[in-house]
Amino acid sequence: MTDTLTPPPLKAPSTVIGPLDWIRKNLFPDWRQGLLTIVVLWLLVRTVPPLIDWLFLDAAWAGDRDDCVAASGACWAFVNARWGQFIYGFYPVEHRWRVDLSMLTLVASIAVLFLPRVAHKGWIITGSFVALPVICFALLHGGPIGLEIVPTDRWGGFMLTLVVAVAGMLGALPIGILLALGRRSQMPAIRIFCVTFIELFRAVPLITVLFMASVMLPLFMPQGFSMDKLLRALIGVALFNGALMAEVVRGGLQAIPKGQFEAATASGMGYWKMMIFVVLPQALRTVIPGLVNTYVAIIKDTTLVLIIGLFDLLGIVQAGIASSDWLAPSVTTSGYVFAGFGFWALCFSLSRYSMYLEGKLNTGRQR
Amino acid sequence: MPVSRDLGPMAAPKPAFWTRSRIRSVLVQFGFVVLLVLLIQFLLANTMQNLARQGIASGFGFLENRAGFDIAIAFLDFDRNGTYLDAFWTAIVNTLVLATLGIALATLLGFMIGLARVSPNWLISRLAAVYIETFRNIPLLLQLFFWYFAILRPLPGPRQSFDVAGTVFLSNRGLYMPKPLLDSGAQLALLALVVGLIFALFMARSARRHRAATGNSVAVAHWWLIGLVGLPVLTWFATGASVEMSIPSLQGFNFRGGMVILPEMLAALLGLSIYIAAAVGEIVRSGIQGIDHGQTEAAQAMGHTRGQIMRYVVIPQAMRIIIPPLTTQYQSLAKNTSLASAIAFPEIISIIAGTTLTQTGQAMETIALAMLFYLTVSLFIAAVMNFFNWRVMRRSF
Repeated sequence: MTDTLTPPPLKAPSTVIGPLDWIRKNLFPDWRQGLLTIVVLWLLVRTVPPLIDWLFLDAAWAGDRDDCVAASGACWAFVNARWGQFIYGFYPVEHRWRVDLSMLTLVASIAVLFLPRVAHKGWIITGSFVALPVICFALLHGGPIGLEIVPTDRWGGFMLTLVVAVAGMLGALPIGILLALGRRSQMPAIRIFCVTFIELFRAVPLITVLFMASVMLPLFMPQGFSMDKLLRALIGVALFNGALMAEVVRGGLQAIPKGQFEAATASGMGYWKMMIFVVLPQALRTVIPGLVNTYVAIIKDTTLVLIIGLFDLLGIVQAGIASSDWLAPSVTTSGYVFAGFGFWALCFSLSRYSMYLEGKLNTGRQR
Repeated sequence: MPVSRDLGPMAAPKPAFWTRSRIRSVLVQFGFVVLLVLLIQFLLANTMQNLARQGIASGFGFLENRAGFDIAIAFLDFDRNGTYLDAFWTAIVNTLVLATLGIALATLLGFMIGLARVSPNWLISRLAAVYIETFRNIPLLLQLFFWYFAILRPLPGPRQSFDVAGTVFLSNRGLYMPKPLLDSGAQLALLALVVGLIFALFMARSARRHRAATGNSVAVAHWWLIGLVGLPVLTWFATGASVEMSIPSLQGFNFRGGMVILPEMLAALLGLSIYIAAAVGEIVRSGIQGIDHGQTEAAQAMGHTRGQIMRYVVIPQAMRIIIPPLTTQYQSLAKNTSLASAIAFPEIISIIAGTTLTQTGQAMETIALAMLFYLTVSLFIAAVMNFFNWRVMRRSF
């Protein structure tokens, strides 16, 4: 028997579900919000199309300065013409493959981090921690392995940004771990030293540390001993970020339950064994999001090295803008927009990765 | 059997004074301190030798010498005949003015962005998210360069400046605004406004206390009216005050009269506050979202409007979450004023670690002074914010 008496269920009216309802609920919940939506929409209509025109439609994509002055939009021709310099700085053209190879090594070792399951992942990571800087320095600088030496004052552009950032990241972590352990140490002398170091470096801006590294470090060294300018900057960056990292790591150490320490001691482990095999692996895992956020800050801070006369990506764009054959307002704006987009892409993806990790690591604790 | 020595299984053996680990701890610390002292001695000896070889004086005697440079933006009177100490004070005041204005602007903008981020209006919330993600992922130095070199410097000259009703002018010489010239009566009226504000705040506070104690609301609107309008207006007419506006006008190649924010200052202020506001917005968002939804629902059930819920229920509780990270951001803004040296704003770094260092060569002293300044400011901000935090935490709900 067919149930002819029951009418088929009606679809909900389009004012309760569907796009119309979504618009009503999210854009026009009441008259004030509705008015606001209309005003904002009007502002968007006024600003976004001109922005797109400037960025893409009216932009000069190739040519020289005259093409850019003629065009009413951005001057991507400038970025195009200086691309090599923006990426490699003043690195000799015939040796640029060495930079490419180092970047590839870097990308490969990062890719290992992303792989979910590899045998001995911990050892690979620790190994690349040590090996990566050595390999990259040997490749970039040359010398002992028979490559022609490229002095660091020829380094620049995006490549220098990466060098400063990676050195800062790799240097800051061990310094930060040692400082964090020292801060929680039972020995007053070591604790006082670490607290002073951390708080001092956290209270002053990076510029003063960089100035200290570039002006005072040479004074500290014995006569006749000179240190590379880039190396001095890297020491400054690593020490400064080490102090920031120490606070992040300390958060992780504090989150480890006391039972872990006691169990490790009861198993007959000494201080270092306990820290390396029991405490730190757990502590570092919990602070990975904070660690990645510090890395984002390190990437943004690399730009400061231009103040002490190194040409990172921003420094080289700045120099290009000021050069006499590209003097035009649209060149200035385009140069900064290009550099800004480069940094933005790096930092945004890293901070998204940190948020993803936060979600992933929290799964065990969510109710 | 020595019964008297047996204290039973519960008593732990009394640890000897010199246990092995104790001795080791002392030895390690002793070694550490000795190494540290040796290192410092080594560095100091090198430094002394290097300074002597380069013929650079040491000590802070140079602060008494004539500086011999001008400072373009100075909130204190300073000219080239002042001493380095005067220049240092000028730089301190410049930095503090920039930091204070920056913190005020960043807080205002940041709270607006944060509230917009949690708005029920999808468009507003998305726009706030775009703002936050754009500005906090671009290095501050780049943003400062952008505002200064790409926006403010290429502005047209004074003759073609943008103007608002012929009183506010924006050109490559900066932002010119009318400056009120107050006579003594007007100054009194201004004073009356301040007194009225304090009075109204006091009345509002006692009304709040009354409500907390008895549950009865007391109207305070009329006190606000009297304090903010009545008292100043009365003073104004009683003293026969008059106020003259000094409106900037184009004379020759630049403006005369009015007051001006130079491009360096404007760019530094814009860059710093826009950058920090993104972080503040994110802090405000997470603070508001950190409040249990039951609080909002309970307030809704009691018939409060959305604005009331925000103002009386959510924000006061969210402040507890917001203040600690906000402190970090304020400290970061104060430290980041140092980046303004790259766009020629005369603050501590450009005056002390820049000009003074180059002229005197006394790297140790100048950098130590700069660091001492930032250390003091950081500690001061931490102290003020801890006080606020204590105030917020004290109010129990």
